[in-house]
Amino acid sequence: MDLVVAIGLQLLYGIANLALISLGLAIIFGMMRVINLAHGEFLMLGGYTVVVSTNAGVNIWVAMLILAPLVVGIIGVVVERLLIRWLYGRMVDTLLATWGLSLLLIGVITSIFGASTASTISPPLGVVRIGQYAISGYELFLIAVTALLLGAVWLTLRFTQLGLLARGTMQNAQMASALGVSTNRIYMITFGLGAAVTGLAGGLLAPITGVLPTIGATYIAKAFITVISGGASILAGTAAGSVLLGGINGIFTFLSGPTFGEVALLLTAIVLLRLMPRGITGRFFRKSL
Amino acid sequence: MALSRRQFVVGTSAFALASPALMGRAQGGGKITFASILDLSGGLDIYGTPMAEATKLAIDDINAAGGLLGREVELKLYDAQSSIQLYTQYATQAAAGDRAATVHGGITSASREAIRPTLARFKTLYFYNTQYEGGVCDFNNFNTGSTPAQTVAKVVPYAMNKFGKKVYIVAADYNYGQIIAQWMQKFVAENGGETLGVEFFPLDVTNFGPTITKIQQAKPDMVLSGLVGGAHISFYRQYAAAGMSKDIPICSTTFGIGNEHKLISAEEGNGLLAAYSYFEKVDNPVNKAFLERMDAKLGANRPAMNELSVRSYEGAMLWAEAVKKAGSIDYDPVWNALRSGLSYEGPSGKLTIDPQTNHVIQNVVLAELQNQEFNILETYADQPPADTAMVCDLVANPTLSTFYFENGLAAAGIK
Repeated sequence: MDLVVAIGLQLLYGIANLALISLGLAIIFGMMRVINLAHGEFLMLGGYTVVVSTNAGVNIWVAMLILAPLVVGIIGVVVERLLIRWLYGRMVDTLLATWGLSLLLIGVITSIFGASTASTISPPLGVVRIGQYAISGYELFLIAVTALLLGAVWLTLRFTQLGLLARGTMQNAQMASALGVSTNRIYMITFGLGAAVTGLAGGLLAPITGVLPTIGATYIAKAFITVISGGASILAGTAAGSVLLGGINGIFTFLSGPTFGEVALLLTAIVLLRLMPRGITGRFFRKSL
Repeated sequence: MALSRRQFVVGTSAFALASPALMGRAQGGGKITFASILDLSGGLDIYGTPMAEATKLAIDDINAAGGLLGREVELKLYDAQSSIQLYTQYATQAAAGDRAATVHGGITSASREAIRPTLARFKTLYFYNTQYEGGVCDFNNFNTGSTPAQTVAKVVPYAMNKFGKKVYIVAADYNYGQIIAQWMQKFVAENGGETLGVEFFPLDVTNFGPTITKIQQAKPDMVLSGLVGGAHISFYRQYAAAGMSKDIPICSTTFGIGNEHKLISAEEGNGLLAAYSYFEKVDNPVNKAFLERMDAKLGANRPAMNELSVRSYEGAMLWAEAVKKAGSIDYDPVWNALRSGLSYEGPSGKLTIDPQTNHVIQNVVLAELQNQEFNILETYADQPPADTAMVCDLVANPTLSTFYFENGLAAAGIK
């Protein structure tokens, strides 16, 4: 019984982890069909914000929950103004430009902080014991934060004026523009918000995975696959993609080992995209957010 | 740039015609080229950057002492950017383009296997200065790092005496990790222990939760780790965060050579055991002077020194000793000098090249991590590379260029 609970929580954490690293990318992709290949580096920047500010004496919770999204959100807005807005509608060009941005960010961070960084912040919150099993309390906290974050994005999209304008722009940018919505501004805000969510995720993961200039590379592939498998709906897509891929990865990791877990995840994504080229939400939950 | 087939043929044949003139490593006068290929960016730079600093110091020291044979030694440092493809490209560049007298470098076993055949073909002396899984038997390749029979064979019985007989193994999923896991299982069995589970991790895995639950389920007395690279450091964090590090200790064959002990907090690392041929606290005058020179060169930014970086220094010095002994930088005299029982007293102690395997007889040190420092528990002097010696005899057969453990230990005839 204890084992079932422990495995269940680990599965849930695996799913939450995928959702957390993918949500920011999904917001940007869902809204403007821009695949941000510097997404991994936005996560990395969130992590560095936490490490640098805690080393400077800032409380770890303030650093993770406030500073990381704030700093990366601002960086996101700057990037959108300087780079992305010139490339809307040119998908391949944005891929190249954001890839270049990712290399630039890795280079800048490496030259400032060096190749390896002492992120000696330990995950707070201690250990939760379930019989003979133990799970880090911080991982449970991350599951809760991910749920809250998804809820917050849903509330924003569903009930605020910004959400209404954003959904309108998403469905038909030209019509929204004709009705007087400044799509330009909506894009900027969404990109900033997507970046902020990514920064938050990177900040939250910093204590448990550590930060390196190149850590983004370990996230980008999985985030990318999750978002593409999920399809264009921001929330339903991220959630469905994370549950499916994270669940399969977790189950196969338990049954055989991490290598097969990764293989199973990739194989599922390939088969899924063969059958549903527009992702899960291209076929199911089409009207969802 | 479009290159037509005709242009390609013309270009390459011009090169082929010119190449006899290019061959023969820059004789007389001029500088001696020493090439080093390391990962200075990308995921493996946590290993490569300190190795490069130590190599630079070695070349500075050689030149400060008047160079070799009255000539200055010039370091050509290539950044392979954690990409195997660049390794092959730079190895060819160093051997054929720079006509380097020797090429040092390679960090992962995969990178070594990528450049070893190239350098053997060009007959350019190759030094691999990294601790690794053993089994390379190559006339042209000098493997100066420690191997499992030198380190794992020491740490396993020590830890089993201290913690208990049941072991769980976690390792990186490429040739090093796979082979080191087989060595671990072998030494555990030989010492009367039991391996409860073995798991391999691709290098980009950052969530170790499922495995930690499995370890809790298996209840071993200790965990043996052969995890590699920046992403895998998160294993130690998550292991500690799940409250495991106090209950089930970890022994590692890789922790510390990327200076991991400086990257995680003291509580997360306390109690971890590791064995290498060098730790900063090795007590001898050469090491003291070495660390002082490193401090003078890099100041507060000096990375912690470990086997990889110190051996990069010592590998360069071993080569320099051979050149001095041979009185030439030509291939054959230097090769013979290297294989004449050449010794060098470095920061890690005495190193002697074993001509049977082209590996190094060296001191091995067992240490425990406390407060981000490795404290030395045991020192084993003059350990031979017994693993590679089981399969390799370059004295009887000096043209071999093989990696015996490529397909695992069983394939090499080791039970």
